[in-house]
Amino acid sequence: MNILIAILVLGLIAAFFGALLGYAAIRFHVEGDPIVEQLDALLPQTQCGQCGYPGCKPYAEAVANGEAINKCAPGGDDTIKKIANLLGVDVEALDENHDQDSTLGNGPTVAFIIEEDCIGCTKCIQACPVDAILGAAKQMHTIIIDECTGCDLCVAPCPVDCIEMRPIPETIQNWQWDLNKIAVKQLD
Amino acid sequence: MESIIGRISQGKFWQFHGGIHPPEQKALTSSKPIKQLPLPIQLIIPLQQHIGRQGDLLVNVGDNVLKGQALTQSSNPMAVPVHASTSGIISAIKKSAIAHPSGLSELCIFIDVDGKDTWQAREICHDFTKLTQQQIIKKIADAGIAGMGGAGFPTHIKVNTKPDINFLIINAAECEPYITADDLLMCEQSEAIVDGIRILDKLLNPAFILIGIEENKPRAIKALQHATKAFEKISVCVLPTKYPTGGEKQLIKVLTGKEVKSGTLPIHSGIVVQNIATCFAISDAVIHDIPLIKRVVTLTGQALNKPQNVWALLGTPVSHLLKQTGFISEKNSAVTSPPVIMGGPLMGFSILNELVPIVKTSNCILAPSRAEMPSAFDNSSNEVECIRCGQCSDVCPSQLLPQELQWSAKAKDHQQLIKLNLFDCIDCGACAYVCPSQIPLVQYYRVAKAEIRQQQQFDLKAEKAKIRFEARKIRLEKEKVAREEKHKKAAAARKIAMSKRSADGGSASSAVADALARVKAKKKANEKTVSDSSTTKNDDSDDKSQVKAAIARAKAKRLAKNKVSELATINNAEVNTVNDIQVSINNEIKPVNELPVSSREKPSNSSDVKQENHSADDKKAKIAAAVAKAKARAKEKSNATQQSVQPLSISSDDDAQVTPIEADEADNKKARIAAAIAKAKSKARAKAKTKAKEEQDKQLKIERSEELKPTNEESE
Repeated sequence: MNILIAILVLGLIAAFFGALLGYAAIRFHVEGDPIVEQLDALLPQTQCGQCGYPGCKPYAEAVANGEAINKCAPGGDDTIKKIANLLGVDVEALDENHDQDSTLGNGPTVAFIIEEDCIGCTKCIQACPVDAILGAAKQMHTIIIDECTGCDLCVAPCPVDCIEMRPIPETIQNWQWDLNKIAVKQLD
Repeated sequence: MESIIGRISQGKFWQFHGGIHPPEQKALTSSKPIKQLPLPIQLIIPLQQHIGRQGDLLVNVGDNVLKGQALTQSSNPMAVPVHASTSGIISAIKKSAIAHPSGLSELCIFIDVDGKDTWQAREICHDFTKLTQQQIIKKIADAGIAGMGGAGFPTHIKVNTKPDINFLIINAAECEPYITADDLLMCEQSEAIVDGIRILDKLLNPAFILIGIEENKPRAIKALQHATKAFEKISVCVLPTKYPTGGEKQLIKVLTGKEVKSGTLPIHSGIVVQNIATCFAISDAVIHDIPLIKRVVTLTGQALNKPQNVWALLGTPVSHLLKQTGFISEKNSAVTSPPVIMGGPLMGFSILNELVPIVKTSNCILAPSRAEMPSAFDNSSNEVECIRCGQCSDVCPSQLLPQELQWSAKAKDHQQLIKLNLFDCIDCGACAYVCPSQIPLVQYYRVAKAEIRQQQQFDLKAEKAKIRFEARKIRLEKEKVAREEKHKKAAAARKIAMSKRSADGGSASSAVADALARVKAKKKANEKTVSDSSTTKNDDSDDKSQVKAAIARAKAKRLAKNKVSELATINNAEVNTVNDIQVSINNEIKPVNELPVSSREKPSNSSDVKQENHSADDKKAKIAAAVAKAKARAKEKSNATQQSVQPLSISSDDDAQVTPIEADEADNKKARIAAAIAKAKSKARAKAKTKAKEEQDKQLKIERSEELKPTNEESE
């Protein structure tokens, strides 16, 4: 008899906790993988595809599933460090295959369409991952500089090579102090 | 609040944390009156002289402008207009170096001064008390008044506030060494300043008005006390001298004992702070209808013969001011040009170009001698390691930890910098002043601040890019679904039609008869379109445009040819070959042109021609380049004595084939010439191409409307 009571009590307790867990699973259900969202937030969102994935989110998903963390060229070492921090893995050097090419070496660039050469083929529009190119078939195209991420995906498809990557001009708004250039003044 | 006033009336004030007592050096200029200067020859007026945005231009090059005329306007409330400081002619609107530590260029209006100083029509207001608040605010906004203390915040925004204001604080502390501009202004224009304060009083209706002034300006204090005698509400508060009492938050602390929380504005605690020079500008603007076109500038430093305060028109180049005060440049100094600092010795920046103009916020031009400020002359820094003495945190008026900040700034640890409240740093330079290791702390903070701001911009941009990327993905997905849907529908429609037809006709023969009838009808329609005069005409003109384009191309080519006529033989040979190619290509195009008129693919007609044309153009360029390349290569290989260009043969399909060229060129020169010709040709081609394209585009539009007909017929 005693053994039956014990089984019954334990069984009831098990059923109760099972129900509680089941309810919690539904009540606190999280859509998607939060780690992917966090990884995606760390990536530079250039959507350049240099990592071999069609955009930053797919790469974030891949990293969450064990892909190497050192494939983001525009993000560079900073991004790798942040991802390593988040995932608790070792920092790796930027993958050589995904190294920044020389055109991107000197600071951020944006695409520029040489408008007199544009034939209006819309190929670059289809290539742009962030819809930053304005134009229509047989009409001249142009880049919305503020939206361009400088991924250079539009350069290759252009049949007349009228797109080039240009460095962002330095203005008062984005100017950076350079201690090496400016003599430091002090009153004695 | 009563207790605050009680304390103030007893002459007791609070103290802010830290602060320093650098040598004042104000005696250089404080005893001399403000000098009126002769007009400069040229004024350079930057479009943006304050925080916010620049306005839209109202004038063009060559316009005559009168003194006080607005040069820009904007509907954006954060934009402040700029005005012509004197009459003259606008000689240029271009980028020029402006008063900014970067020495970068921004858009400026250049005015050639005519020397007449003619005013535009003004409306002088004799009694500002009759104006409504909105009228006054509009006058202030139109006069382009921005805070003249340093930051240049648009004044009309600062005075256009709703909540109850307890204190209006007038900042007359002028705590930075050397600068005496406000001091002299108070001595000479105290009545006008008080008028300005009364206008602010009317706008803000504060409970109390406090003028904060340091005790090292006895003449100004006396003048202000005299001018404010009649107004109970205004009290002149004489404060102990300490740098940086003139900082907004520091002055509030000293006068009211309140601390403005990090990340909030004084307005949130019911306090508005205005600079004393701004008050003068407000009275000028509201009462005399004089926009902000001049300000007092302290010209000082031992490198000047006659250091003095001057009334400088906005836009006056610094070089003009220096000339007027007898600038002695030390020729044999190590640096090429002696340093000139805009702003005070602690917060100013050295200007790289003496054409930099005076703007709304420039209160001082400091030209130190070598003995006075040796660090300005030699670029090498004497910085040594931090010894952790802690003097910097003792003097920091914002109660930050400068040495911690410095380490984090060097390590570029932005998170830590934000945690240490870097953005509460007011760049006062007190920490760098006391540092025994001569670490330029403020410079590190400035760099870090700019970096963090840029990082924030990047983050914003990344966020935007992400949203756009996601939106695009959704759009592509939708389009795909829509396309599939359409295909499905079309397939279903076809199926229904098929089954209907078979049901209707019953037998195969009737279906055949049907098809025959359809073909007949179509033929008829085709004949109609062919015979249709408009279509033929259209086609004719299409041909004509082709011919025209060809002619234009040939002309351009001839032009290029003439240019390099000395190299006649090679040139001619080449041009001929390329002309041949062109003719053949044109021949190619023509059949394509004529062919489809009667064929069934009418709608694609024009686009075909165009593509053909483009490919032909591209082909030519490629051929020319290939010719040049082949020549160079051949020369390298053989180094033979003779060279001739064999005629090029081109197959009729799209892939142009160039037969290998037998090269017999004598020297390098020829190869280079050939390359040059090829380049010139491709340029000419590009020109002709654009012309042809324009014509074609026109043509295309006409054709499109024509195309609609056949398309409709087909769909039937």
